[in-house]
Amino acid sequence: MGQRPLGKAEPNWSFERWLLRGFNREFAAKILFATSACAAILAVGLICVFLFIQGLPAIGNIGIFNFLTGTEWRPTWTPPLFGILPMIVGSLYITAGAIFFGVPVGIFTAVFMAKFCPRFVYVVLKPAVNLLAGIPSVVYGYFGMVVLVPFVRNHFGGNGNSILTASLLLGMMILPTIITISESAIRAIPQEMYGGAVALGASHERATFFVVLPAAKSGVMASIVLGIGRAVGETMAVRMVAGNQAVMRMPHEFLLGARTLTSNVVIELGYAYGDHRAALIATGVVLFVFILLINALFGMLKKRGDN
Amino acid sequence: MNKFSIKNMNLWYRDFQALHGINIEIPAHQITAFIGPSGCGKSTLIKSLNRMNDLVEGCRIEGEILLDGQDIYGGIDVNALRKRVGMVFQKPNPFPMSVYDNIAYGPRTHGIKSKFKLNEIVEKSLYDAAIWDELKDRLKKSALSLSGGQQQRLCIARALSVQPDVLLMDEPTSALDPISTAKIEELTIKLKKDYTIVIVTHNMQQAVRISDNTGFFLLGEMIEYSDTEKLFSIPKDKRTEDYITGRFG
Repeated sequence: MGQRPLGKAEPNWSFERWLLRGFNREFAAKILFATSACAAILAVGLICVFLFIQGLPAIGNIGIFNFLTGTEWRPTWTPPLFGILPMIVGSLYITAGAIFFGVPVGIFTAVFMAKFCPRFVYVVLKPAVNLLAGIPSVVYGYFGMVVLVPFVRNHFGGNGNSILTASLLLGMMILPTIITISESAIRAIPQEMYGGAVALGASHERATFFVVLPAAKSGVMASIVLGIGRAVGETMAVRMVAGNQAVMRMPHEFLLGARTLTSNVVIELGYAYGDHRAALIATGVVLFVFILLINALFGMLKKRGDN
Repeated sequence: MNKFSIKNMNLWYRDFQALHGINIEIPAHQITAFIGPSGCGKSTLIKSLNRMNDLVEGCRIEGEILLDGQDIYGGIDVNALRKRVGMVFQKPNPFPMSVYDNIAYGPRTHGIKSKFKLNEIVEKSLYDAAIWDELKDRLKKSALSLSGGQQQRLCIARALSVQPDVLLMDEPTSALDPISTAKIEELTIKLKKDYTIVIVTHNMQQAVRISDNTGFFLLGEMIEYSDTEKLFSIPKDKRTEDYITGRFG
């Protein structure tokens, strides 16, 4: 073993290697990934901070009780009334309706696609579902205006711009979320599970619905919660068919119009100023809290599913 | 009395012939073991006995497989067949539900609704699978929380819950530790009083320990089939001898 003469530079010295001394590629990659992850967290953090900075004072001024449980939304009165309960229940009704229409259809479609669908149908169905996910919501809204609104008006009554119409439309819009995630959850269940059921003499249907589908429960739940998230947050399409009256509705008034939290913001933010504007941002805060709750619910369901 | 008679059976996966001209008689209330190196077709054969191969796309079978004299590929109800011919898989595959619901799934599938009857079946099946004492206080617990060996005995109990005639076991202990393996072997011997058992195994000692008859398979052919003792002490075929003395495989 010959010793290297002292004082001489390493034979393959390079600037780059000097720069990365004690600093390997793996570490560099870690930094890169961590930075990317931080960007996402930063975005959420910023939205959160600004929304709350701008919205919370308004809630304070109006009074949280008046704001959340007030049934009158009269921003232009003197003094103005900023009660968003009609919008909260509007969002709840329309979301619940969307779940009512969208979830069963979505789950059955996912089961069909994963377990029953012949190859030649699948190659049509799969891209169709993907396309459904990619259609801009204003196009859904247009479809709702020209097809669903007259349909509801002619078959159920009312003027057609209603909670029911918005629910039907939103039910369609959340289908791709539910179908895609449920389908992959069902496909992720090991074939041995299915085999175990069939080996006991269960039919294909029974094995699918009573073993495979329950096994995929946490994924299916996740798809539903994400669908709820999408339904709560959807704005444009709902605004185009829901009637948008900021009036307190009862559940049996589903043929009348209602306004959602999202529509409230988008309809009035363009011309609002002062307290009115702050109240709209506060509406956004409430919406944000809704989404946080839904995500928390999602996390809880997932945890239960994993146990 | 023979439970299964397989006559001149050939099996293809698309263009690949996995089994060539198999003839075998499987006697009732005995343990019949299939041994052979990986890919020799022993698992394929056992899966043909309850038509699990139907699930494999491109699988085609010629010849006859008779169960109590009735051709199982000749227009019988496949679900009824699988009720009569239960199966235990290589990897324990409990359903992701409670211990109780795992066992009750089979009887419920076949129309038993009475809570009392189901309780009885669950207890008896677990008892027969020698796992009742370990699980009687954990019936409501998720089956996935059990150890691998317990899961496999649970799967045996589940197979017993529909009161089959035959129990097919496809390398049931290959994923288990020696103690669990010993428990399952002991259980298997106990079960042959009431069931006809066909077992595929990688482990020749296992075949010696528990089986009454052994078939040796190589490259999709059945090389030799006889009384286990005979096959392992005085094999007729040179290839059998080479395999059991560890010259290949």
